[in-house]
Amino acid sequence: MKNLIDILDLSTEEIEELIQKANDIIAHPEAYREKCRYKKMATLFFEPSTRTRLSFEAAMYELGGQVLGFSEAQSSSVAKGESVSDTIRVVSGYADIIVMRHPKEGAPMVATNVSYVPVVNAGDGGHNHPTQTLTDLLTIAREKGRFDNLTIGFCGDLKFGRTVHSLISAMARYPGVKFVLVSPQELKLPSYIKKEVLKKQGIPYVQTTDLESVMADLDILYMTRVQRERFFNEEDYLRLKDMYILTPDKLANAKEDLSILHPLPRVNEIATSIDDDPRACYFKQAVYGKYIRMALILKLLEVD
Amino acid sequence: MNIDSIQNGIVIDHIKAGRSMQIYNLLHLDELECSVAIIKNASSGKMGKKDIIKIDSVMDVDLDILGFVDPSATINIIRNGELVEKKRLELPRELRGVLRCKNPRCITSTERDIVHIFKLTDPATATYRCKYCETKAERRGV
Repeated sequence: MKNLIDILDLSTEEIEELIQKANDIIAHPEAYREKCRYKKMATLFFEPSTRTRLSFEAAMYELGGQVLGFSEAQSSSVAKGESVSDTIRVVSGYADIIVMRHPKEGAPMVATNVSYVPVVNAGDGGHNHPTQTLTDLLTIAREKGRFDNLTIGFCGDLKFGRTVHSLISAMARYPGVKFVLVSPQELKLPSYIKKEVLKKQGIPYVQTTDLESVMADLDILYMTRVQRERFFNEEDYLRLKDMYILTPDKLANAKEDLSILHPLPRVNEIATSIDDDPRACYFKQAVYGKYIRMALILKLLEVD
Repeated sequence: MNIDSIQNGIVIDHIKAGRSMQIYNLLHLDELECSVAIIKNASSGKMGKKDIIKIDSVMDVDLDILGFVDPSATINIIRNGELVEKKRLELPRELRGVLRCKNPRCITSTERDIVHIFKLTDPATATYRCKYCETKAERRGV
């Protein structure tokens, strides 16, 4: 039985296979409508989420399956003090696959120790969020048609942004990839990622605080939100949150075929006037999230 | 200084100077009934100074703990006054129940009866990370 806890659990071949499957679902959705008939997915959201939970649920419904679960810890047995292991032991007797989000890092890994069915990590605190990375990879594959020889800019909160860390780890496996890291000093990419992922594999990267100076080099611009919940000090948050706001004038030097990605939700880091620019991919990206999750469910349930 | 040689027992040699008490505590040698000698700052050709622990009884030593704390140490098994086996240590691939994860956001901080597990992620720098949250292990205060 296979689980998805960390994006690096998947080989590049397995990622390629999932992307091919997602593309086939997009092209022939009707062929997949009954694939998961009589199958049940449990969505255990110990921490609230809108997009991730709804996209998983929509994915399962589109495959003809059923969904059960809870969307906050308060309405679950956790409120009574049940451990993650006990909850999972019970639920894995009721469902064919478990999707879980939990505020504690490593909770889905604990689930895999006791679950009888596949477990998918839908976010564990600030640690991993592999299905967001799969979503990002499907978007890159569809927009660029390749993973190699790309210059990828990340902008905003590179310190706490788990989607950034996972996407860097995933893209670092392809040849000719360069990273441009744009952030305030306080929110730079953690040094252990630079050391253990980038330097170790000899992957070129540039660090800067100035987005416009590097804009012309980018094939992909991955914007992120500065997250209020990661700060202890409100003052620091207020000072840093508006440092990078993508507006049409900042795209003046950008390539014609730049792809702008964002894991969403957006606050104000991308001006709404960019939404109609053909280079804005973030709403398409959210839709792709449903299709790649459909492909993942099929793979983990071993349905062809 | 003179310490009697042992007849049947274990000598942990080439311990980095200053680490012997830590090893004594981690291996729970205080619980033994037999004599245990801790020699600190013994002179060593290779190391300058080293610590040595002599245990006057043949027992199972947790090589994983020892390998983590001081991979350069060696273990000599003595029987009838003769050296019968010399073991070199390696960094253990996994440490179970030796270290506690210090990350307050890690699931191990709240999950009941969970075994804290650390995995060797970089042998070159002897880096261990929590299996669950990937936080780096701290050697200090082990």
